[in-house]
Amino acid sequence: MESETIIEVRDLVKRFGSFIANDHLSFTVAKGEIFGFLGANGAGKTTAIRILSGLSSPTSGYVFVAGIDASRYPEQVKKSIGYMCQRFSLYEDLTVFENIRLYGGVYGLTLKEIVLRSDEMLSRLGITDLRDRLIRSVPLGWRQKLAFSVAIFHQPNIVFLDEPTGGVDPVTRRQFWDLIYEASRAGITVFVTTHYMDEAEYCDRVCILSEGKIQAIGNPVELKRSFNVTSMDEVFIKVARNA
Amino acid sequence: MTAESKLGCRANYFWSMNSPIVECRSISKKYGEIPALVNFDIDISAGEVFGMIGPDGAGKTTLFRILSTLILPDSGRAMVLGHDVVKDYRYIRKSIGFMPGRFSLYQDLTVEENLKFYASVFGVKIRDNYHLIKDIYSPLEPFRSRRAGKLSGGMKQKLALSCALIHKPMLLILDEPTTGVDAVSRKEFWDHLGTLQTDGMTILVSTPYMDEAQRCGRLAMVQKGHLLDIGKPDEIRSRFNGTLFQLTSSDRYQALLICRNSKQISSVHAFGQTLHLTLADGVQTEFVENLLIDQGIVEVVIHEIPPSIEDCFMQYLT
Amino acid sequence: MSRFISLVRKEFNHIFRDRRTLLILFGIPIMQILIFGYVVNSDFKNIGIAVLDQSVDAHTQKILNKIFSSGYFNFSGNIQNAQGISDQFKTGKVKAVLVFESEFGKKLDNGQLANIQIITDASDPNVANTTVGYVSGIIRSYQGELAGQTVVQLIVEPQYRMVFNENLISAYMFVPGTMALILMLISALLTSISVTREKELGTLEVILVSPLRPAQIIIGKVAPYVLLAFINGLVILLLGYFIFNLPISGSLVLLLAELLLYITLSLSLGILISTIAKSQQIAMFMSLFVLMLPTVLLSGFIFPIENMPLILQWISAILPPRWFIIILKDIMLKGNGLAYVWNETLILLGMTLIFLFAAIRKFSIRLQV
Repeated sequence: MESETIIEVRDLVKRFGSFIANDHLSFTVAKGEIFGFLGANGAGKTTAIRILSGLSSPTSGYVFVAGIDASRYPEQVKKSIGYMCQRFSLYEDLTVFENIRLYGGVYGLTLKEIVLRSDEMLSRLGITDLRDRLIRSVPLGWRQKLAFSVAIFHQPNIVFLDEPTGGVDPVTRRQFWDLIYEASRAGITVFVTTHYMDEAEYCDRVCILSEGKIQAIGNPVELKRSFNVTSMDEVFIKVARNA
Repeated sequence: MTAESKLGCRANYFWSMNSPIVECRSISKKYGEIPALVNFDIDISAGEVFGMIGPDGAGKTTLFRILSTLILPDSGRAMVLGHDVVKDYRYIRKSIGFMPGRFSLYQDLTVEENLKFYASVFGVKIRDNYHLIKDIYSPLEPFRSRRAGKLSGGMKQKLALSCALIHKPMLLILDEPTTGVDAVSRKEFWDHLGTLQTDGMTILVSTPYMDEAQRCGRLAMVQKGHLLDIGKPDEIRSRFNGTLFQLTSSDRYQALLICRNSKQISSVHAFGQTLHLTLADGVQTEFVENLLIDQGIVEVVIHEIPPSIEDCFMQYLT
Repeated sequence: MSRFISLVRKEFNHIFRDRRTLLILFGIPIMQILIFGYVVNSDFKNIGIAVLDQSVDAHTQKILNKIFSSGYFNFSGNIQNAQGISDQFKTGKVKAVLVFESEFGKKLDNGQLANIQIITDASDPNVANTTVGYVSGIIRSYQGELAGQTVVQLIVEPQYRMVFNENLISAYMFVPGTMALILMLISALLTSISVTREKELGTLEVILVSPLRPAQIIIGKVAPYVLLAFINGLVILLLGYFIFNLPISGSLVLLLAELLLYITLSLSLGILISTIAKSQQIAMFMSLFVLMLPTVLLSGFIFPIENMPLILQWISAILPPRWFIIILKDIMLKGNGLAYVWNETLILLGMTLIFLFAAIRKFSIRLQV
C-alpha cells in the first residue's frame, strides 16, 4: 500500500504507576487501511486506542493521527475520528434518530444535514422503520451496526472500534464486517480490535500485542506464511511462545 | 426421585453416576418481557464435557444460573445430580463447582488467600483435594502472594478454575471461561478440562467461540433462548444441509459481493481469508469460477470442505 | 466455625487493604470531631462582654470582678442605656451584654428578686450558649457565697435571651449528635458498600452457590465492622472527653453496651440497604441521603423535635439516632442509669431485631436479576 500514512506512532509508552501498559509501540497505518489490533485482555489494546483517539495522553513518544500530534492537540484529533467502544455507545432511552441527531450535533452538523444523512444511512441499512424506535427496543444485532454507522456519521478520517463484535452471533458479525469494508472503500481508515481469529484475517494488516509490546505485525497471509502455519490462531500461539 | 433424596449423599452419588447429571424439562425464563430461555430441554450424562455455544443473549448464563440454583425458572423442571434445583438447592450448592462469567476472584486478596477462602467456604482443606488442581494451580505457585487483581487474564482464569474445583465438585459449571483470554491460555484451559474429564468430572461449559466447539463431547447450539441443535460435534456437522465449498480468490470482498447477488449461490459467508458457500440445486462449481473470472477476479480456487460448527450455526440463523 | 473465621479474616483483609475504607472508617470521624472540638474550643477565650449596670453597687462590682477575672471574658466597656445594646453587637467584638436592673444591690440585700439579664449574640450559638453557662455559673457561685453569710435567701435569677438565632445548638448536644450520625453513616455505608462490591465483582454469585447460609454470610460480613465501629466509637468518646471536656457522668459499661447496640443496629441497616441496592454507587447514595439528611434534620441533632410539625415528629420517631442521642445525653451528661433509658434502649433493640430479621429475609438465597 503506497497511499499516505494516516497514523504514525513512534516509541509510544504509557505507564500507570509501575505498570507499563504500552511499551515502546511503533507502527504506521495507511489511509483506508483496515488495521487490526489483536491481543488478550490487558495486553494494552484499549490503552493504545485511547491515546490514539485523544482520550488519554502518552507518558512518552510521538503519536500523529491524521497529521495532528495527538498528545498535544487531542481536541483537534477528536474532530477527525470516530469511536465505538466495547459496549455499544448509544443511549438506550433515546430513539434511533435522536441518537443520530445528538452525535451529528456534537460534531457540528446542521439539522438539515443530519436529517438528510440519517435518512440516507437508515435506508442503506434497510431499517427506515426503526427511525423512531427507542434504542432499547432495537434488536441487539442492529444496535451494534447502528452504533458503527453513528460513529462514522460525521465522515471521519479514521474510526476506532474497540471489540465491536464481542459476543455477537456469527451472522451479525459478518454483516458488521460488511459495514467495515464499505467504510474502508469510502476511504475511512478502520482501526479495530477483536478476539475472533477469523476476523483478524479480514484485516489488511494486524498487530499482535502482548504484555504491552508489539510481538508481530503484518499482513495476515504473510504472517501465517512466515510462521509456517495455516491459521491466525497458530500464529498467535507461536508469537506467545516466542515472547 | 423423592425416594432417592432420603438415601443420603453417598447413595445419591452412586445413583447419579448411572442417570443424567443434569435434566432440564421445558425450562422457561423471562426477564420482564424479554424471553431468555424458551422451553429448554437438555440432558447431560456423567463424565461428559457438554458445551453451550451461542452469542450474547442466547440464554447460556440464564441456564447456568438456574442449574446452579442462583435464579428460579418461570416454568419447567430442572434436576441436577438427581435433585430439584428449586427444592433441593442446598444439596446442589454443596455438590457443584460454579465459575461465573467474570472471574469471580477477590482482586484485593492474594492468589493463596483466594484459594484458601473458597476452600474454607466449602469446609475443605486445600491439601485434601490438591491432586485435583495440581496441574492447573502449580504454574501459579510462584505468584501465591500476588494479589489476584494483578494477574494476567490467563492466570486469573486458572485461579478461578482452581477455586471452583477445590471442594471436589461432582459437576463443574463454567460460564464463558475463555472470553477475553489469550489464545495460549484458551488452549491450555481446554486441555485441563480434558484431563478433568478423564478423571471422571462432568463439565458444563459455555463459550461464544465456535472454534472451541470441537473440544466438547456434546454441545448445544443456542440462540435467543432457543435450542438450535444438540449432539456430538460430528453429528451436528453431519446434519449440515447441502455441500459446503471453500473459495479463495484475488479479491475476497469483491467475490463476496458478486456471489451474494447470484441466485445460483444459496449462501455465502466470509471465513477468514476465504469464502464458504453452498450452491443451489444442480449448480456446478465451474459456474462460480466463471462468474468470478468474468468479473475480473483471478486466482479463483474452489473445492469442497467439511462444514465447521460455525457453518452449521449460520445455517440455522439464515 | 472455621468457615466463619475465614469469612471474617477475608473481610479484615479487604478493609486493611483498601485505603479508602480505612479513611472513611477512621479518618472522617476523627476529623469531624476534631474540627468541631477545635472550633468550639479555640473560640472560647477572651469573649468580649459589655456591661449595662443600672445599679452600680457593691454586688454588681463583685459579680463583674468575678466574671472578668475568670479568664474567659474581656471587659468591652460600659453601656449607658438599652439603646446602646444592639450597637455593641453590630461591632462584632462584643459577644454578650450583661444587664443589671436598677437597685440590684438593694433588692438583693432586701431578699427580693434581683434580675440580671444576659444578652448574647447567638449567630455563633456555641459561644453564646457557653457564655450563658459560664456567666450563670459564676453568678450562682456568688449567690452561694452570699447565702453562706446571710440568713436571707438570695434570689438572683439570670434571664438570658439569644439574639440572631432562635434555634440554639447546644455544644453538649453537638457531640452526642455527631457521634450518632457518624457511627450510623460509617457502619451503614461500609457494610452496604462491601456487600454491593461483591455483587459487582461477581464473587457474591460464588458465595451464594456455596453451602454458606444467608445468616452466616451476613454475620461474617458484619462481625469485623462491629469491632471496628466500636473502636471508632471509643475514639470519638475519648476525643470528646479529652478535647471537648465532655463528661461521662454515668456508667461507662452501660454507655459501651448502648454503643454496641447502636452499632449493630446501624450495621444491620447497612446490610438491609445492600440487599436493595444493586451497585456500590446506589448503596452510597442511599446511605448518604436516606440516612444522613433525616438524621441531621430530624433526629433532634440540630432542630429541637418539640418544635417540629407532628408528622415530622412521627418520622423522627423511626430514626434510630434520635433515641441514641437521648441515651447518650442521659448517660454522659446527666449520669442517668439504665432505669432512665430502658425505654429508648428497648426501642433500639427492637429496631435492631427488625432490621436484622429483614436483612436476613431479604438477603436472598438467590440472585436478583
